[in-house]
Amino acid sequence: MTRRLLESRNLSILATLALFLLMFGAGSTAFSGFFSVQNFLNLFIDNAYLLIIAVGMTFVIISGGIDLSVGSMLGLATMISASLVEKSHLNPLLVILIVLSIGTALGFFMGCLIQFFDLPPFIITLAGLYLGRGLCYVVSIDTIAISDPFFDRAAHSQIPIIGGAFLSPSAVIALVVAAVGAYVLRFTRFGRTVYAMGGNEQSALLMGLPVARTKIGIYALSGFCSALAGVVFTFYTLSGYALDGKGMELDAIATVVIGGTLLTGGVGNALGTVVGVLVYGTIQVLIVFQGTLNSWWTRIVIGFLVFVFCLLQRVFEARKGTTVVRGVSREPAAMAGH
Amino acid sequence: MPDEAPVLEMRKISKVFPGVKALSGVDFRLFRGEVHAIMGQNGAGKSTLVKVLTGVHEQDAGEILLEGKAIRPSSPLAAQRLGISTVYQEVNLCPNLSVAENILVGRQPMRFGRIDWKELNRRAEEALRRLNVEIDVTLALSSCSIAIQQMVAIARVLDVSSKILILDEPTSSLDEAEVERLFALIRTLRDQGLAILFITHFLDQTYSISDRITVLQNGLFCGEYRTAELPKLELIAKMLGKELSEFSYAAEHAARKKEAATARKEGPDLLRVRKLGLRGSIAPFDLDLGEGEVLGLAGLLGSGRTEMAKLLFGIDSADQGEVEVKGKKANISSPRAAMMIGMGFCSEDRKNEGVFGELTVRENIVLALQVRRGMLKSIPYAKQLEIADGLIASLKIKTPSAENAAFQLSGGNLQKVMLARWLATNPTVLILDEPTRGIDVGAKLEIMELILNLSKQGMGVIFISSEFEEVARCSGRIAVLKDHAKIGELSGQDVDERKIVRTIAEGG
Amino acid sequence: MASVRSLMRSRLVWPLAALACLFLFNLFFTPNFFAMEVKEGHLYGNLIDIIKNAAPIMLLAIGLTLVIATRGIDISVGSVVAISAGVVAILLGGDLAGQPKYPVPVAIGAALLVSTAAGVWNGLLVSRIGMQPIIATLILFVAGRGIAMVFTNAMVIWLYVKPFAIFGQGYLLGLPFSLYLVAVMLALTALVTRRTAIGLFIEAVGINPTAARFSGINAKNMLLGVYTFTGFCAGVSGLVVCSTVMSADGNNAGNLFELDAILAVVLGGTSLNGGKFYLFGSMIGALIIQTLTTTIYAFNVPPEISQVVKALVVYAVSLLQSEKFRAKVAGVFARGRAAA
Repeated sequence: MTRRLLESRNLSILATLALFLLMFGAGSTAFSGFFSVQNFLNLFIDNAYLLIIAVGMTFVIISGGIDLSVGSMLGLATMISASLVEKSHLNPLLVILIVLSIGTALGFFMGCLIQFFDLPPFIITLAGLYLGRGLCYVVSIDTIAISDPFFDRAAHSQIPIIGGAFLSPSAVIALVVAAVGAYVLRFTRFGRTVYAMGGNEQSALLMGLPVARTKIGIYALSGFCSALAGVVFTFYTLSGYALDGKGMELDAIATVVIGGTLLTGGVGNALGTVVGVLVYGTIQVLIVFQGTLNSWWTRIVIGFLVFVFCLLQRVFEARKGTTVVRGVSREPAAMAGH
Repeated sequence: MPDEAPVLEMRKISKVFPGVKALSGVDFRLFRGEVHAIMGQNGAGKSTLVKVLTGVHEQDAGEILLEGKAIRPSSPLAAQRLGISTVYQEVNLCPNLSVAENILVGRQPMRFGRIDWKELNRRAEEALRRLNVEIDVTLALSSCSIAIQQMVAIARVLDVSSKILILDEPTSSLDEAEVERLFALIRTLRDQGLAILFITHFLDQTYSISDRITVLQNGLFCGEYRTAELPKLELIAKMLGKELSEFSYAAEHAARKKEAATARKEGPDLLRVRKLGLRGSIAPFDLDLGEGEVLGLAGLLGSGRTEMAKLLFGIDSADQGEVEVKGKKANISSPRAAMMIGMGFCSEDRKNEGVFGELTVRENIVLALQVRRGMLKSIPYAKQLEIADGLIASLKIKTPSAENAAFQLSGGNLQKVMLARWLATNPTVLILDEPTRGIDVGAKLEIMELILNLSKQGMGVIFISSEFEEVARCSGRIAVLKDHAKIGELSGQDVDERKIVRTIAEGG
Repeated sequence: MASVRSLMRSRLVWPLAALACLFLFNLFFTPNFFAMEVKEGHLYGNLIDIIKNAAPIMLLAIGLTLVIATRGIDISVGSVVAISAGVVAILLGGDLAGQPKYPVPVAIGAALLVSTAAGVWNGLLVSRIGMQPIIATLILFVAGRGIAMVFTNAMVIWLYVKPFAIFGQGYLLGLPFSLYLVAVMLALTALVTRRTAIGLFIEAVGINPTAARFSGINAKNMLLGVYTFTGFCAGVSGLVVCSTVMSADGNNAGNLFELDAILAVVLGGTSLNGGKFYLFGSMIGALIIQTLTTTIYAFNVPPEISQVVKALVVYAVSLLQSEKFRAKVAGVFARGRAAA
């Protein structure tokens, strides 16, 4: 059991968990009012959208790819939701269905380009970022406020958990997504193929795994998660704004890395990502509680954490002196050509 | 076995690539319960034949009969589904997955719609036990040695069910004990009735494991023989397309040249190494190399020859000992430092450590020389061409021009390009790690001649080869290695194959 | 030499053709696209706008071409542009009278120093610690903008120091000053990489880092060098950006620049896999991107929509560069011909 624990992949999650506990603990001792169940649950409420995106991103990164379009897809989802609800007066549930379909379809489209024509995910999803952002403006240049009663209820509902503490519907959705993601990665053939592809895509192909289907599916899934995150975001902001989600892809990648997933692919899991999001959320709360620091310090701290985690991963790799399975893959730094 | 019908028959297979007739009317038969080796030089067509069988290429003429039925596999996956499984030199598994998962991924046992991990591990253990392998199947594949990884690969393909098992150069990365283990496994599988196609460059191994040998030469079928009835020398002659008598003359001729060439010249030592070592890599050793001397490093796979070479050339940093070059103390801390004091090194892994595929042949050749000159003083283009063309001619490198990209060249010619690169720098000491590996016998002889010529010109050469006969043929002295340590030195009359083997068996 | 030139020509043909197509399109469909007039002693027109707007990206692309050639990537350049702009703005000060806090050369020097230091940071992470470039530069990407915002205290700093405006708004002999900056940087870089063996070494490191090391090339220093140089390029780009709008906005300066720059390099023929690089091609790539944007603008399409067009262009170009796509298209044509 100890040996399993010490295996680098599990060690990573433990490190992230330790980091989170450390931060939360530090905050509790430094600031009164910090330590409370509600404060902990708020981490999920305030970062529900990020968690959903990060779960999708986890799949993509484990498979050895990357998706830079998630932020702008989130924005597009908020715009379309707001527009359809406020301007076209469609049923909110129908709107959500439409938005999720569009997100999945766009992800599917990018996945097809990447798979069938051997195009680098970095470039294709980068163009997807432009595409999504541009389409946001096509929908509307101005912010659209949402006053629909369904969205209103979703924004303000409180689901009681323990004592007086509560979760929002968005947070619950996010947790469900994380749980489903973890299950799929561990207990379905699709999930295991994702790992295989991240380990060695050539081998996965030769082993007869459905690489093409899976790759397209991964990007469609990421698109779905971005769209869902967008819907959840509209619950949070009750508006659609073309700049929503700007830069969020980097936040997602950062939380996934901090959660122990290797950017090189093949290693990682959804639980780690959840803890990564908790760390991200805690940093933001700490800065708010501190009061005097520019909120942009969050970026700097996150950057620093990514640095530390990547450094640790690098050190571990070097010490293990991994027995390389012969057959060098020429992976360019930008993870192109997967 | 030869009385029943063959499980596989390839009849009159022809395959043409632009400008090259890879296969012309080749026949091949494989029976159940036998190990069959295909032998031939590079360019003889054996890899093409295997690629046609495994569905990578489609033949232009001829047919393939599997158990009497005509087949035409369109891809490796299709071939696998027909029962033709291949385990390549690059193991083709996923290093991040566990051993168990590598065996069963894609066919994981399910229970109530989810993967049953317990059952998966159990099935994997069973599959490995059939091969007499017992390991913790939950470990990540990357934490297993290459030998074990290969066993896992074999377990996987056999678990899928196979009629034919193709092993493509399986022993290149294994040490002696691991090779024996693999061979024991192969014999077990053969006795169970599996048809096994074994591809290797190692003559000794062919004789050790195969029941029959098919020889190809220049895309033509030369013959099918029972291993026990084919003497080694005759096999080599057939592979070369030469007559037996011709061949022994060449060997004799080479021996006479060697005597003259590799004798030690007068003058200070080129290289004087005392107690150089690196923990975990090679035990502290002493070495001397004189002007015009060819020093051979002989040992079995895994004995530490490449480690020794890499230490001498500064690729690895020693943690003890000292080196003197031409009487002066030298601190060889990097390949660059080694190069600057006049050393050169041809790696055995030319694909990953030597060749720049996208650069032209010219650029590949002048690179080291350019580094010596420094990055600011570029060698004029005309001079570069002169140097490159000169070496292409003297080494007989087959390329349309010096401006062709290196990736267009065949393995043997790439080896010569690497050699050319270091010769261009006019080194005082040249270390050659397996310069004859994976190239055809004709080119091998050319390179060995070249080594003798270089030593005649005063260059000190350290020559590493896993073929003891070669080392004995080219070297004036031999350092014998075993298990990452130098255990002895042979000189004069003792420089011969049998003495090497005896030293390894008795020494260390 | 002739065969080398023809090799280079063949890689440059695609981007040149793409640019030519864009110009051709504008020739027929855009009124007055090529119109140029002389106003206030300098040239004025769409073509001039293209060059001015492309300049910051072109500067980034010069450094990025070398980084990508080593099989690396630098996604932090946009953030470094913001940092550079922030540093120069703070040091010049927001004094309405136009009196700089520090002399202009000092402010410029400091900005370049800080950006080059950022490049060194990236280079050390990649070469000494051995981190994957995308991970290593991800750190500054995330943190860099935060650093820029902390420098500028999250405020937009406006500049009134007239002499500084020349970088982004000035003209020399009728042409934009920034064009000369780009030309000088391009010429120097081309000279250094092609006249010396540095270019060859960079390509060698990108094609086969191990073999490069075994051939005596100091791969670590080469990597450190290209990332440092890219940091410097980002610094110069930041000066131009700041000078163009005479302000520094930590949040928006250099926004999406890295993506445009990487795109420019890829469009220009350098492969993301590293190896042979084409500086001139990257310049053409940047011009293609900018011409596209300007063309869209000339049709009175809202500028944000240009992003959609950019995306579609990227898809189109990627498909054209994809061997699989070309093979499939060729197959369709062949079948059509066979059926006919």
